[in-house]
Amino acid sequence: MDLKVLIPQKLKASFPSTDFEISDYKDEITIKFDKSYIIEVCRFLKNETELQFLICSDITAVDWATRKNRFTVVYNVFSMKHNFRLRLKCDVDESDCSIDSVTSIWRAANFQERETYDMYGIKFNNHPDLRRMYMPEEFEYHPLRKEFPLIGIPGSLPLPKK
Amino acid sequence: MNQLEDEIHPKILEALLKARNDYTLEDALENEMVLNMGPQHPATHGVLRLLLRLDGERIIGCVPELGYLHRGYEKMAENMSYYEFIPHTDRLDYISPMANNVAWVLAVEKLAGIEAPKRAQYIRMMIAELARIASHLVAIGSFAMDVGALTVFLWTLREREKILDIWDILCGARFTNSYTRIGGVANDAQPEALAKAKWFLDQFEPSLVEVEQLLNTNRIFIERVDGVGAISKEDAIDLGFCGPNLRACGVEFDLRRNAPYLCYNEMDFKIPTYTEGDCLARYFLRLDECRESAKIVKQVLEKIPQGPVHADMPKKVLPQKDEIYTKMEELIHDFMIVNFGINPPVGEVYHAIEGSKGELGFYFVSKGDGKPWKCKIRSPSFNNIQALPKLVIGQMISDVVAIIGSIDPIMGEADK
Repeated sequence: MDLKVLIPQKLKASFPSTDFEISDYKDEITIKFDKSYIIEVCRFLKNETELQFLICSDITAVDWATRKNRFTVVYNVFSMKHNFRLRLKCDVDESDCSIDSVTSIWRAANFQERETYDMYGIKFNNHPDLRRMYMPEEFEYHPLRKEFPLIGIPGSLPLPKK
Repeated sequence: MNQLEDEIHPKILEALLKARNDYTLEDALENEMVLNMGPQHPATHGVLRLLLRLDGERIIGCVPELGYLHRGYEKMAENMSYYEFIPHTDRLDYISPMANNVAWVLAVEKLAGIEAPKRAQYIRMMIAELARIASHLVAIGSFAMDVGALTVFLWTLREREKILDIWDILCGARFTNSYTRIGGVANDAQPEALAKAKWFLDQFEPSLVEVEQLLNTNRIFIERVDGVGAISKEDAIDLGFCGPNLRACGVEFDLRRNAPYLCYNEMDFKIPTYTEGDCLARYFLRLDECRESAKIVKQVLEKIPQGPVHADMPKKVLPQKDEIYTKMEELIHDFMIVNFGINPPVGEVYHAIEGSKGELGFYFVSKGDGKPWKCKIRSPSFNNIQALPKLVIGQMISDVVAIIGSIDPIMGEADK
């Protein structure tokens, strides 16, 4: 069966209480759902023998600046069995800027979540080592948020001591 | 202890010591040692910093620290048009800039719904494969140099020079090429460039054999890297290994085959794999990939069709200079594209190519403006470095240099 039909069907059967918003744009499937289900859905996608999304290629976020749910965390997973790429999306609001970490499912998510945390300030709950990826620990801002100016903030990067 | 905390940020230290909590730091300093390697260490291929926790000479903890080359390219991409960013892709993986150019324009073309003409696609395939050869030559050379064989480095760089000469004819630049354009390439490949590529391929195989003979029969080299830094298939997939490093673990995964782009499904080539997953396998795999890439370039040179190298879409694709100077319509389009961008429709796409280090992808969110609302660079080196602690733990300190060399990280793209 076509995976574009199969995956939504399987997800709906396994998680009847969740809303899955499915969109197909330029031959890429995106599934959007509530962030509280992220661990279960990811575990299901990885462990289901017919799907086997073993590769987590990328985790990032989008800052919509003015929307109610300000951030969207985007997961990009790949199934080597079917050569199929799937995008998962979860909205995260600024007031509760956190989502569960998927490092327990794909260890590759470790760096990717750290990068997202560094750039957007989204906290990943139960992440084993949530430090900044690129910016120094003393840095107070999150550079890829839309309110951060392109030229940076003067004085925000500490100079080395001595 | 205080001095250590002065030099290493407490949070990094905590991450390093977390692996075995039965030590307090005072104890640890009596029996163990915390060693800071990089970011200026010559064997870290740029500015990778590793914090190593040592028990004698054996490594029991490793924390990679990135960010010393962070230039904020994703932020910059959000503030410039799709055309303007092409030169910046050169600076991501600076060993194979041509492949990055190709990856960027393919992603933009997917977003904007442009298809480049056949000849342009063949030229792109040729430059991407030559870039892979150049990149692997540097990887092999510097890997050998890291473990003490200097001659190989000189020989592989000599071969790479010839590829840079092809770039020179093709686009006038040897290093930061910016050769591709949205909807095609900057200019048609000159017959001299194609002839030079053909000449290069003819003499490449013998020189590769020369390089191979230096290393494959070298007992010091083989014993130095055989079995070092081995990783299993499952761990490699789970930790996000990609590209040649993943294939050296026995996973036959190559985006040219698994998610074909350009005209790769018309080409005849093999995906070499090894099962050992150690440094030696990664070295052998890169040699094999050079040969396969040479095979693809040979086929491209045979099959390359005649025709235009720009898509005929005046509102999206920059017109040629001679037309701008003589025709009103083209002048207007040029003005609009340069000043306001190509305005792709609202939507989001992800497109990845098999770069020389692995899956090099770009994720765009467009709001219909000339600038991307969001641009994410999925860089292979970033994901490869993630597996480094797994590879080095349990090895000797001198093996760290060999392992870094064998996974071939380029900090330009790991740090973006």
